[in-house]
Amino acid sequence: MSARDEIFANIRRSLGVNGSEKIRQQMVADRLERSPKGVIPQRGQVSGAERLALFKTMVETSLATVTEVSAPAEVPQSIALFLRNHNLPATLRMGDDPRLNAMPWSETTLEIAQGPSEGRDLNAVSHAFGGIAESGTLAMVSGHENPSTLNFLPDNHIIVVSAKDIASDYEAVWNRIRFAYGKGTMPRTVNWITGPSRSGDIEQTLLLGAHGPRRLHVVVVRD
Amino acid sequence: MNVHSTSPEFKQNAARALNDSQLQKALGNVKQGFIDKRRMAADKLPEFEALRDSARDIKNHTLEHLDLYLEAYEEKVKASGGHVHFARDAAEARDIILTICREAGAKTVTKGKSMISEEIGINHHLEAHGIRPVETDLGEYIIQLRNELPSHIIAPAVHLNATQVEEDFRRVHTHLDAKRDLSEPVQLLTEARAVLRERFLAADVGITGANFLVAETGTSIIVTNEGNGDLTQILPKTHIVLASLEKLVPTLEDVSQLLRVLARSATGQELSVYTTFSTGPRRSTDADGPENYHVVLIDNGRSAMLGTSFEEMLRCIRCGACMNHCPVYHAVGGHAYGWVYPGPMGAVLTPSLIGVDKAGHLPNASTFCGRCESVCPVRIPLPKLMRHWREREFERHLTPATVRSGLQFWGFFAKRPALYRLATRAAMGALALAGRQRGRFSWLPMAKGWTKYRDFPAPQGETFQARWKRERKGASA
Repeated sequence: MSARDEIFANIRRSLGVNGSEKIRQQMVADRLERSPKGVIPQRGQVSGAERLALFKTMVETSLATVTEVSAPAEVPQSIALFLRNHNLPATLRMGDDPRLNAMPWSETTLEIAQGPSEGRDLNAVSHAFGGIAESGTLAMVSGHENPSTLNFLPDNHIIVVSAKDIASDYEAVWNRIRFAYGKGTMPRTVNWITGPSRSGDIEQTLLLGAHGPRRLHVVVVRD
Repeated sequence: MNVHSTSPEFKQNAARALNDSQLQKALGNVKQGFIDKRRMAADKLPEFEALRDSARDIKNHTLEHLDLYLEAYEEKVKASGGHVHFARDAAEARDIILTICREAGAKTVTKGKSMISEEIGINHHLEAHGIRPVETDLGEYIIQLRNELPSHIIAPAVHLNATQVEEDFRRVHTHLDAKRDLSEPVQLLTEARAVLRERFLAADVGITGANFLVAETGTSIIVTNEGNGDLTQILPKTHIVLASLEKLVPTLEDVSQLLRVLARSATGQELSVYTTFSTGPRRSTDADGPENYHVVLIDNGRSAMLGTSFEEMLRCIRCGACMNHCPVYHAVGGHAYGWVYPGPMGAVLTPSLIGVDKAGHLPNASTFCGRCESVCPVRIPLPKLMRHWREREFERHLTPATVRSGLQFWGFFAKRPALYRLATRAAMGALALAGRQRGRFSWLPMAKGWTKYRDFPAPQGETFQARWKRERKGASA
């Protein structure tokens, strides 16, 4: 018997089932189809300005920084200012997200590189799929538009998120993913990011910048 | 065969740990940090207790339908271009992993933190076959340099102090300036980051564990704060996920429930920094990510736990809250437990996986104070399960003869209440009389184990039952 068959046989023997019980199959199919929500914390169940305010508070709680601009065209200047304020070089790597591409980068002196990171970049910018107010989390989706390596290799990661894409809870993001990719289908990588990289492994002391970005900066675009 | 265990020597391990001043200093960090942070995180979320119920119910439902969810999961992984391998035991898992690494022509393998990889002892197996495994979680990296097992499931190097880490870095990182300053923890972190960055970029295969697997989508999930797991899985050409069977949950909604209790219970964070959902290899529309995606599903004793009272242990999501709140763990640390999983969860799981004949001391190393159960995010009745192991140990005559005869002696009286009352009254009276001058005993017959370390207080002369009776009478009058 193959390892697979033996493991299934052992599970079924232990559970006292044979795997073809209609009622069990129905329960499983039903749950996978309906994906019922569980307990959703009230905290995130707010809308409009209140939700945006909660998101920003939670982003800061996660030790990231956040700023707000009133139009996509203001993003490049805002990022240039952030880099200057932290005495960081005016370089920036990004994918080919159409929303980022449409921004007036030439109005800044930023030196832009495109494509995934090979581990030598100081600064990168990505556009988020969405934000989650409940925990101040950014939801990132992989693809050439926003390569996953940009989320982890640069020292300073800047994430742009549209205010309209900031949801109350994780469940709302899953609904959008299902709408975009189809039920039961996922992009290769979804990253939830809540703050900059950190470690407490040495004497339980919190230190930022373990293997991922030392700084995480979020730019919320109102439109 | 699993990794070597020193669980049978628990008593000697514990005695050594209690006399280890470095360890005792380091363990102070557990007591201080984790408990307060979890408390604050739980207090900030009014729905926390309801989420614990929800988490428990999701795990129970999945375990009851594990065969069907596994089939659904396997189908989804295949549909997304990934491979699923099944391993009955540790040896089979090691062979599968080695074969994949060889097919990838691997010289170096980076690893995200994974307890199942410790359980199957994959590092030694790879090394023995000329492949270099590099642990990338800072704590795991440190203990790999020291050739140790993790002493905690989420803080593997919690038993060490910064000066010990500094010594290890100086011993191993010989390419760096010997006069460099490493007196601050942040300098140690920066050095590890630079050294490991090169390893990440050079690795041929990345091996991670999985906090959860999602049947709905064929997704594996890792949760980290450092980002090491992500660099492990997106940079090399091949990504291998190691997961035991019970990591499965039905849907993305279900995993979102569990994630809401995981970080809060573990580190007191709202959410860990990086929660990553990986599904299959890179797509044609991806600019990065692994070209090959393998999942090795490992049984190694789990299927036999289903349908028994120990099925409840399979709900465990490895947050570490039970050991963070355990007075025994605080006193002896994780290594004394002698195998991969320490603390209360280890005391229940280890006998299931390596046998109660080898690990029988572990469920005995408990005061039954119940703190572990009170903080467990999936409400595993850990004290009850430890008691089950004690009963089995007793039934199988694995308990030492002195303990057995002692229990039989006590049992004789306990079953005869009138005799019990008489005997305890006589004994308490005699002890009170004998100890009335000093108020305590530094030596007592048959109680050397106690009096060797501390005095035995002299009883007041009245038994507990007699006092209970007297005070009840007073209260009702």
